[in-house]
Amino acid sequence: MSAVLFFIAAILAISGAIGVVTLRNPFYSVLALVGHLVALAALFLLLRAEFVAAAQVVVYAGAVMVLYVFVVAYVGGGEEYAAGAALRILGPLFALALAVELCIAMLGTGLSGISGKGAPYVLGFGTPRQIGRLFLTDYLFPFEAASLLLLVAAIGAVVLARRRRGLDEEEAADPDFQRRLHQRRPTFTGTMAEGAGLRVAIEEIEQVRAAVTENAPSRPPTGVTE
Amino acid sequence: MAIGWYLTVSALIFCIGASGVLTRRNPLVVLLCLELMLNAANLALVAFARMWGNEAGQIFALIVMVVAACEVTVGLGLIVAIYRRNLPIDVDELHELNG
Repeated sequence: MSAVLFFIAAILAISGAIGVVTLRNPFYSVLALVGHLVALAALFLLLRAEFVAAAQVVVYAGAVMVLYVFVVAYVGGGEEYAAGAALRILGPLFALALAVELCIAMLGTGLSGISGKGAPYVLGFGTPRQIGRLFLTDYLFPFEAASLLLLVAAIGAVVLARRRRGLDEEEAADPDFQRRLHQRRPTFTGTMAEGAGLRVAIEEIEQVRAAVTENAPSRPPTGVTE
Repeated sequence: MAIGWYLTVSALIFCIGASGVLTRRNPLVVLLCLELMLNAANLALVAFARMWGNEAGQIFALIVMVVAACEVTVGLGLIVAIYRRNLPIDVDELHELNG
């Protein structure tokens, strides 16, 4: 029975992984990954890791994948650019070589452990009770480090993806700010021009470009690039 | 099932993920393939935990999940920032830091 379940879950997991890599539309890739994660959770259950399987389904297939779907919907599927010819051949070749190497390593070790079914099952193995006890005793430092890492990642994501809002009329009319806005700089450098709101910046850029081309038609407008 | 079978599945998933990281150019899909590789490592860790009858491998797997979640939030934040600046969402075009 467990062998049948193992093969079903393994085939689903591997086909999900192949789907992630081969599907052209990123949205379908995300859906394939969700299937892959659920199949992997079944494998974890077969390995008596109940808490890890539950965390996999709830945190990974639930929360993280919803985040992915949001971003794919926001960015849009986007046109997929084909990889360079060299990488398109070398990438799968490298993966194949890696697979062969890993299989040789596993078959060649002669470890008696990996051909057995593992240690005898003791009641309570992999339950939340055991995991929680280990997290708060032997593995307290990794636990705290993980919470700190999550905090740093959350702050980093907010800083990276925050909205750069434009200023209101009064702030935009400030002469000192106007002087800084008129300084020549490449566009989209993430400086005050962007902080002032893109629309204002683009209008200013158009004016500057018109003035430059009027005064010196032969010279290309340096510093004002698209 | 013998532990070796789980390790074989884990190795296959890892290699599929590695080939995806190398061949795909959409950073979203590259992140998904990284997830595949991390999950393959998770499967191997849990399989070894079962082999030894010791939960330490499961603790490792949970920590790897935390790291993967952090990587996803920062990576998706970067992709949203790239999109906001109207840059192409393509890892080959984003080579300004390439010396």
